[in-house]
Amino acid sequence: MEPTQAITASREVMVQNPEGLHLRPAGKLARMATEYKCSLELERCGQVADCRSMISLMTLGATQGSVLTLRANGPDADSAVEAIARLFESHFDEL
Amino acid sequence: MLELQGIAVSPGVAVGKALVFDREGYSIARCLITKDETAAEWQRLGAAVERAHRALADRGERTSASWGADLGGIFSAQQQLLLDPHIRSEMEHLIRDNLYAAEYAVSEVFAKYAAAFRKASSSFLAERAADVRDVERTLLEALTGKPAQTLKSLTHEAIVVSHDLTPGETASFDPEKVLAICTEAGGPGGHTAIVARGMEIPAVVGVGNFLHNIRSGDLVIIDGHLGRIFVSPDDATLERYRERRMARESIVSQLSELKDLPATTTDGVRVELMANVEFPHEAQASLTRGADGVGLYRTEFLYLGHDTEPSEEDHYVAYLKVLKDMQGRPVVIRTLDLGADKMGQTRPLEPENNPFLGLRSIRLSLRNPSLFRVQVRAMLRAACAGDCRIMFPMVTTLDEFRSAKFLLRSVTEDLVSEGVRVPTSIQVGMMVEVPAAVLMLDRFIEEIDFVSIGTNDLTQYTLAVDRSNDSVADLYQACDPAVLRLIQRTQQVTSEHGKSTSVCGEMSNNPAYALLLVGMGIRTLSLAPSAIPVIKKAIRSVTLGQCEAMAWRALRLGTAREVDAFLMNQLAGLVPEIVLQA
Repeated sequence: MEPTQAITASREVMVQNPEGLHLRPAGKLARMATEYKCSLELERCGQVADCRSMISLMTLGATQGSVLTLRANGPDADSAVEAIARLFESHFDEL
Repeated sequence: MLELQGIAVSPGVAVGKALVFDREGYSIARCLITKDETAAEWQRLGAAVERAHRALADRGERTSASWGADLGGIFSAQQQLLLDPHIRSEMEHLIRDNLYAAEYAVSEVFAKYAAAFRKASSSFLAERAADVRDVERTLLEALTGKPAQTLKSLTHEAIVVSHDLTPGETASFDPEKVLAICTEAGGPGGHTAIVARGMEIPAVVGVGNFLHNIRSGDLVIIDGHLGRIFVSPDDATLERYRERRMARESIVSQLSELKDLPATTTDGVRVELMANVEFPHEAQASLTRGADGVGLYRTEFLYLGHDTEPSEEDHYVAYLKVLKDMQGRPVVIRTLDLGADKMGQTRPLEPENNPFLGLRSIRLSLRNPSLFRVQVRAMLRAACAGDCRIMFPMVTTLDEFRSAKFLLRSVTEDLVSEGVRVPTSIQVGMMVEVPAAVLMLDRFIEEIDFVSIGTNDLTQYTLAVDRSNDSVADLYQACDPAVLRLIQRTQQVTSEHGKSTSVCGEMSNNPAYALLLVGMGIRTLSLAPSAIPVIKKAIRSVTLGQCEAMAWRALRLGTAREVDAFLMNQLAGLVPEIVLQA
């Protein structure tokens, strides 16, 4: 999984949907993460989760209003960060 | 065949299939495999994951069809959880490196995440624990081909095997389904033990680590008399136990014919056989066994297995049921007899170095009048429903008895002023469990209505033996001549004053000791409901003269061993038919 080119990107994202990063949002995020080659992780209060693992995302315990740091490392890091940030902004397409 | 030794806490023998449970009450198989089997085991798990994935997809479609895509979507998220790369790699590690069987690996990984979620501060995450367990159960079902059973929803008869059980879990068992209980942890004084006895489920606890050696579905024998467990027993062992069981069943059916006959010696001396009960429903069970009343209603269960202190209403409902069920027969209700260490709800105290000599029982009640008043109020309110008598445990000094009685009077006055109907007079007695109380009994006697000897604690306090301490447990002998002398003195003092003494310890459950006690002048025995038939049989087989002769000899012996050997010998001569039971 070592990236061929070390491109790193990072951004702060905020959980906006009322129920937080629970089962379905975590599932959606994990599915999206598998579409990219870069490594993707989310950090909250020092705890780091692998974006490809929904169980790992859920253990962050990110509730509405939590601010997380999204970090990517790999050739498509920029577009991955862009897409995931949009997913957070769209409330994971949930109400 | 694997033979294990634990602590026998509830008598009886059961032969059946094991059902192994984890700490959350789900059935598991904690099983190890060999190095050669790892590849096949990993493949087996892979196939099960596929089946479980399809099962969740079906469930999702059905749910979407009836409840809409929103709810159905939960299952697609669960499907994804099933394929989560972290979960997958952790399971693979457990199978390949730790040689866990697939079921064991699944339980371990999912239970870990479920526990982490449950501990999470946010409630939304805590609720996700249920999703995790759902996925786990679907996967386990796919592995074993059978629906997972939970402790509360057993679908067929089984022997429940677990690391430990809470009294609440034990009490929620369906006694029709649970043939026996066997746990790695636990001790003789544990409340799971008392609950199992109350429900008449054979139980062996404190077996030590063995869950990795047993799978759900293995045939097991649980011997609740000897504390022995046989996993996958050989034919000879099975045959031995089948024979023993048949012999016991034939005795039980013979004894049940005595149900409606009184416990009277052949020369016409009547002995009252009362029941020791723990739960309200046992009142009915003790009547079926032919009990003359309830000689000891332990009220501790109300305080255990619940997170909050029982309300006055909780107490009242329980007492009322027992009094009504006993239809006017005497019911002796004992106030709280617990150590401070067991009272989770009240306050976590500094750990006591020596809880048996610490703040427990009547001492705890007197120290917490608000707690004590609630219980006493409920007793008095229920008292009009039958022949209710109140008993204080572990009374050591006359001051304690007077303080307890003072509180009882003040609660009575409160109730009267509130317009609640309470009996004009109520019998109030004490348990004799401390040698000091025996020595001072002639001073207590004017102020008490009755006495009940708790032989378990009396033995412990007389011989200075903590019977839950393995290194000295063998020194604990209820038949020690010192204990017999204290019982004799208690009986003499009460009878001189025209008051009654009953014996309610485990001693009364043993036919040889029961006859000895009758010979010493005791006319009321309070015992486990299940022991009533056999004790009745023993009493109906002898004359008072024979019992008195037994007592005369036993009281002149010098050691517990001599007493025990003498009594067993006597019983074999007097009532040979029941000796196999002992």
